[in-house]
Amino acid sequence: MEYPRHLFKKGWEWRALLRAKKISAKEISAEFLSRARADKTNAFLALTEEQATKAAARADSGESGDGALAGIPLGIKDNLVTLGVKTTCGSKILSNYVPPYSATVVERLKKAGMVPIGKCNMDEFAMGSSNENSAYGPVFLPQDHARVPGGSSGGSAAAVAGNLSVMALGSDTGGSVRQPASFCGVVGMKPTYGRVSRYGLVAFASSLDQVGPLTLDAQDCADLLENIAGFDPWDSTTQEREVPRYGRAVGQVRTDASHRAAFLKNLRVGVPKEFFAEGLDSTVRTQVEKAIDALKLSGAKIVPVSLPHSKYALAVYYVIAVSEASANLQRYDGVRFGPRVLPNGQNTTLEEMYESTRGELFGKEVKRRILLGTFALSSGYYDAYYKRACQVRSLIARDFNECFANVDVLIGPTTPTVSFERGSKTSDPLSMYLSDIYTVPVNLAGVPAVSMPFGKGEKGLPVGIQLIGAPWQEQKLLETVAALECLFDEGKGA
Amino acid sequence: MPHPTYHGYETVIGLEVHAQLATDTKLFSASPNHYGDGPNRNINPVCTAQPGALPVLNRKAVEFAIRAGLATNCKLQKVSVFSRKNYFYPDLPKGYQISQFDKPICLAGWLDIEFENEPGVRETKRINITRIHMEEDAGKSQHLAGFSLVDLNRAGTPLIEIVSEPDFRSPAEAVAYLKMLRGILQYTEVCDGNMQEGNFRCDANVSVRRVGETKLGTRAELKNINSFRFVEKAIEYEIQRQINVINSGGKVVQETRLYDSARNVTQSMRSKEEAHDYRYFPEPDLPPLVVSDEWIARVKSELPELPDAKAQRFVADFGLPEYDAKVITSTKPLAAFYEKANAKSGNEPKLVSNWLMTEVLRMLKEADKEIEQCPFPAEHLGELVALIKKGDISSKMAKTVFEEMWTSGQDPATIVREKGLVQVSDPAELEAAIRKVLQSNPKQLADFRGGKDKLFGFFVGQTMKETQGKANPALLNELVMAFLKGEKE
Repeated sequence: MEYPRHLFKKGWEWRALLRAKKISAKEISAEFLSRARADKTNAFLALTEEQATKAAARADSGESGDGALAGIPLGIKDNLVTLGVKTTCGSKILSNYVPPYSATVVERLKKAGMVPIGKCNMDEFAMGSSNENSAYGPVFLPQDHARVPGGSSGGSAAAVAGNLSVMALGSDTGGSVRQPASFCGVVGMKPTYGRVSRYGLVAFASSLDQVGPLTLDAQDCADLLENIAGFDPWDSTTQEREVPRYGRAVGQVRTDASHRAAFLKNLRVGVPKEFFAEGLDSTVRTQVEKAIDALKLSGAKIVPVSLPHSKYALAVYYVIAVSEASANLQRYDGVRFGPRVLPNGQNTTLEEMYESTRGELFGKEVKRRILLGTFALSSGYYDAYYKRACQVRSLIARDFNECFANVDVLIGPTTPTVSFERGSKTSDPLSMYLSDIYTVPVNLAGVPAVSMPFGKGEKGLPVGIQLIGAPWQEQKLLETVAALECLFDEGKGA
Repeated sequence: MPHPTYHGYETVIGLEVHAQLATDTKLFSASPNHYGDGPNRNINPVCTAQPGALPVLNRKAVEFAIRAGLATNCKLQKVSVFSRKNYFYPDLPKGYQISQFDKPICLAGWLDIEFENEPGVRETKRINITRIHMEEDAGKSQHLAGFSLVDLNRAGTPLIEIVSEPDFRSPAEAVAYLKMLRGILQYTEVCDGNMQEGNFRCDANVSVRRVGETKLGTRAELKNINSFRFVEKAIEYEIQRQINVINSGGKVVQETRLYDSARNVTQSMRSKEEAHDYRYFPEPDLPPLVVSDEWIARVKSELPELPDAKAQRFVADFGLPEYDAKVITSTKPLAAFYEKANAKSGNEPKLVSNWLMTEVLRMLKEADKEIEQCPFPAEHLGELVALIKKGDISSKMAKTVFEEMWTSGQDPATIVREKGLVQVSDPAELEAAIRKVLQSNPKQLADFRGGKDKLFGFFVGQTMKETQGKANPALLNELVMAFLKGEKE
């Protein structure tokens, strides 16, 4: 049963109630915790009631300040480490892992006064597109429990879509925030690579991973991004760039109709032809076209563009991501943390311990990717796979940069289809990988992108539209999302 | 000078030196870089490879690598890249070591070494340095009965690896290079050079080939060599082993061999087939390292005095022969020892240098010790020289005092006083002794005066004996001659 959407309150709406003292953070927290406890979608792996209660008390006392996020419930994907709170990454190999530190983004949101509801379920080590690869059971799509919420941030997306949390953090390596956002009908963003700290994000593919917000609308997305973005001395891949006031910029588009009209008139929107090729579901296509028409009617300039190398993106991605993953996952060896499997008790050799611990505690998809990555980096194959993939990657990035010389944002579908039924793709990894075909090029290019809901497609399921921005232009991207939300609310998406 | 040969073979040696950088913290985290603390004290989420932890490059370590590159005449690379070297071992927490692979920070350097392949024949030679790259060290494993313990204090410690070309043709050349390199790294304060603590380690690639052959022979890589003496012995052993293999009709196989210093042998550790495929790829967590010209210039301007400059200063300030100055400045601690000793010597720089180079270095070599382990402080050597200069003790007595200093560590004045070693320089006392000797040896006196000049030494010796060796030798010579010539009675 879908929770009646019009009853959802966005973060900024809760803030207004909190500021007016019509409700306390403690009450909000209790409300969301009780819903999360009753959750039937398996969105959370653990609830952090103690931390939530403390954070709510801090928010109510004014200790957390009056920022946009003080007292607002947050779900945290379980690949973001949380001091003293078990962090499993959806894997048995970390089933008992309690981190000795917190991720930079978690620290920043704690300081901003957010109330952590719990750790969100996910595909093991963020490897998957349906949340069926979690060692702790799949997450169900809140709107239809026989279907998948997408992945790998399926728990985070389902928590927001199911009104179990107001906002959530996910991570996006090849679409892991945007694809579940699309399936669940929420807003999900992957920022520019280097915009948000990865310190404390359990690494899957280091050159692609980026932490991103999952929220109900552009305003919340902007507020959350504004609080997690920015240089982190603990992550050498973040950049020392000023973080714009995203929240204020989006607020102006959202609330000021004439400002919005002017913004849309000046907007140049690129439509990459490669994103409308074979395999795109017609109901999804229809919604994207409606969005393009709405923008056009509002005076935006629509420009046909091409990303000629994007057809190689999936192949490139599945070389680079798995190669990096094969190294990143080597630390799970049973030596320092996590459970250790000793098949012959005290007589187990070191090799046997490695083999059994990794063999038994990693899931099938994780092992598949470790094997692929190990192969791609092997002596004699490196040049043909990894090195070649890196070369093509730079061509893909160049395609995007060339587009952004003429347009402000690109528009297209987030995924080829709406949410699919659980079990329908698990036996065919390639068809599963294809659900990321439109999201993967964005990670390879390092540019920012948002998936936003735009009406319903097949079987009345949410359709997500992907908007892609130029590097570091998150503000323009979020302003566009906010403007499209207004157009949708005016009835342009139906 | 032709290369040394071994029964028709010549040897080709290349060296890989790992030097630990003397930074306060580790290469990629703020954990202390400190030896000797309790196990797993100097660790944090980064060096224990907690999920989500990321490396951040230590700027000071880069500066030290630049210093090392400048001091070894390398070409500094403006852009260098860190890579991941993948392998599983319990003391390698991430399952990969962050190291520089195809784009190291320094390329193409050299050092001019001095050595003796034949005793007494000094030669010089230019050794080419292929590269210097930065990397992190692993932790330490301790294997006990039925289990192993891992200490991660050393995990993430900054190292530079200095790789030479296969330019050495003898163990002596290899040792001369290592000593010089260590001296430079100590001078530049890049590495403390302590071999016992493993702060300066060496692997040697050794092969042999028939004299006249231009193709390189199959090499063995020798590991685990932790003193200069062992470098020499391990290579000697390996040369002989390879020659024996070939002479008995066998083939040398490419492999890694461990040196066992207790038994003075090398033993196979792993063959080429068993070698790891490290699956190197660029470290995505670290952007390429960019070193600007300004940075290099600043490091250069702050470089401490190097051995050559110090040697020239010793020649100019102390009037030392060039050879002495070179030997004494070969390591920073030795030069410091000399300067401290000299300050106490009452302006006898050459005498201090003689004592340091002959006695002190000889004893250290016999004991296989470094100057830092000298049993007495530098000041004592200077005080000993001052006593000689004042005429309080003879050079011969000084040797006795020196030996006592070595064994007891006491200062020379105390030793002289307690052993009653003060030299007799009182002419009256010496004259009385001479008279006694002349009286008891009338025949020899007659012979001397009859032209047997050689007997002068006999009388000096007898009188020295009479004074129990305490006579001031110069004064004694003078007085004995006066008596023999009849100038005194």
